[in-house]
Amino acid sequence: MMDWRQERTARDARLARARPHADGKVVPAARVVDLLEAILQPGDRVCLEGDNQKQADCLARGLSGCDPARVHDLHMVQSGIVLPEHLDIFEQGIARRLDYSYSGPQGGRIAKMLYGGQIELGAVHTYLELFARYFIDLTPNVALIAGVSADRDGNLYTGPNTEDTPTVVEATAFKNGVVVAQVNEIVDRVPRVDIPGDRVDFVVEADTPFYVEPLFTRDPGAVTETQILMAMMAIKGIYAEYGIRRLNHGIGFGTAAIELLLPTYAERLGLKGQIATHWALNPHPSLIPAIESGWVKQIHCFGSEVGMDKYIRARPDVFFTGSDGSLRSNRAFCQTAGLYACDLFIGSTLQIDLQGHSSTVTTNRVAGFGGAPNMGSDPHGRRHPSDTWMKAGQEAGGTGDPALRRGRKLVVQLVETFGDKLVPAFVERLDALELARKLNLELAPVMVYADDVTHIVTEEGIANLLLCRTLDEREQAIRGVAGYTDVGRGRDHAEVERLRARGIIRRPEDLGIEPLDADRSLLAARSIKDLVHWSGGLYEPPAKFRNW
Amino acid sequence: MEKLSFRHTTRTALPGTRASAITGVVASGNLEVLLERNLAPDACHVEIDTAIKGYAEVWAAVVADFVARRQPGGLTITINDGGARPDTVSLRLAQGARLMELP
Repeated sequence: MMDWRQERTARDARLARARPHADGKVVPAARVVDLLEAILQPGDRVCLEGDNQKQADCLARGLSGCDPARVHDLHMVQSGIVLPEHLDIFEQGIARRLDYSYSGPQGGRIAKMLYGGQIELGAVHTYLELFARYFIDLTPNVALIAGVSADRDGNLYTGPNTEDTPTVVEATAFKNGVVVAQVNEIVDRVPRVDIPGDRVDFVVEADTPFYVEPLFTRDPGAVTETQILMAMMAIKGIYAEYGIRRLNHGIGFGTAAIELLLPTYAERLGLKGQIATHWALNPHPSLIPAIESGWVKQIHCFGSEVGMDKYIRARPDVFFTGSDGSLRSNRAFCQTAGLYACDLFIGSTLQIDLQGHSSTVTTNRVAGFGGAPNMGSDPHGRRHPSDTWMKAGQEAGGTGDPALRRGRKLVVQLVETFGDKLVPAFVERLDALELARKLNLELAPVMVYADDVTHIVTEEGIANLLLCRTLDEREQAIRGVAGYTDVGRGRDHAEVERLRARGIIRRPEDLGIEPLDADRSLLAARSIKDLVHWSGGLYEPPAKFRNW
Repeated sequence: MEKLSFRHTTRTALPGTRASAITGVVASGNLEVLLERNLAPDACHVEIDTAIKGYAEVWAAVVADFVARRQPGGLTITINDGGARPDTVSLRLAQGARLMELP
């Protein structure tokens, strides 16, 4: 007889071992280590909810406190490697293998540990790709998640930072896994049910509220005139040109500058209602002036942002909110929205090579990807037309019946030719290749592949790669906006002028951009305080951004 | 400190009649540009005082591109550089030239 219920039996055994540490589903913070040692088995696949923003930090400390003689060789499958504990457990021998997406703040340490062989790396994924694998070949045995509050039945309110939680729970709870949630408080009745209680096995009342990283706040006070110039070029040369209504922005200062120019520069160009109306975006504080000026119809969010709760509650026509009034975010849905329903992705990167491949990996930092590689890719599963998509497809060329020609998503890299400490953004060879060689990886960690990039915007101009017909044209188009980097100075001047004559390269003067406009007075808000004023006092910036 | 000096010949004079203009500030990562209309209409001199040594070649390229794009004939341009990146230098030069063209 086949036993078709082995996983279910194993789950029941885990729950039976854990029950003595719980009162019903409720476990005090002091018993977390006991609970985890009872549930976990060597070799388990574990999602320790480390999202882009929200962190199950109490459970992370608990896992790191487990006895490596009992809990070892775990295979961690989580999108974010953010807290020190996420890596401590590899040093302790509690975890061995890792599949992840993003490691921003731990980028330096993760690189060292990869080189040192302390982590056995599966792959660095895009978010959607890792989520997809949760349902196919990386299904967690145990999920350790974070929410704001729970009732005693395990009904969970995630708060505005829902992020990855529904996806993680879906994959774990419906495939014989165990779900443990840490919450800031146990309540009689949750404000809204984000995760139904029958998917949650244990609820830990955390000793401190879970940590959330304010990742999406860009102080307008730090936006430079070069970034303003580039933002003007993007608005006039791309947003207006293609009539981009549905879009996603990266988190850099360049895109913050675009957000802050919508109610001023773009308004002056008469573009209100024509561009930037529908968004897949976190609630960026720098978008407040555009929202308040009536530019934005709606925004779906991956996560939330610290300090934006009250403002979002007061703008339910713009944001997705629950019956309780607070934001409902969802990373998997928003990534899908960014992939299939947006016509443009624009973001920054650390390195671009001569073909247009880009990467945020440098030899001593493995920052992972975030949302860029997914949203910064052309979805071949798309079937609905839009003027933007069709125009880009037409520019990319092709032959045969026009009704059989795909459109193209616009994928724009907005980069200053030199980064911090005069490090060039344009390189002959990506550091990611060296990393792949040293770590013996089959695939170099490329953020956006060359064949997905359609435009590169620098302070020197816009390169439209859709219009390039040969690899050589493409290389010269990239060199032609690479400024005074070695790559830029290695250009063929005559060829670059020919590309300019064909509109493949456009300089600020070609776009009719007045250099004197590249002034901070053009920003709708010039400080965090200005953003607070725009919001009518509803935006409450975290302390580190308050300087008044 | 390093002092650099570039002399260019232009095809045309910069339009406008304004005698002088100043843009930018002396600050770390920024620069101050003084423009004076006091040369023959086909001459442009650029004098640079920079806080950072070793970028003479880049300065030469930035100035040459500026002269080619803007044709700033007639101008003496004096730059006090606080370690600005080339993109900031290009932008300030373009802004300075525009100020000189304005009535």
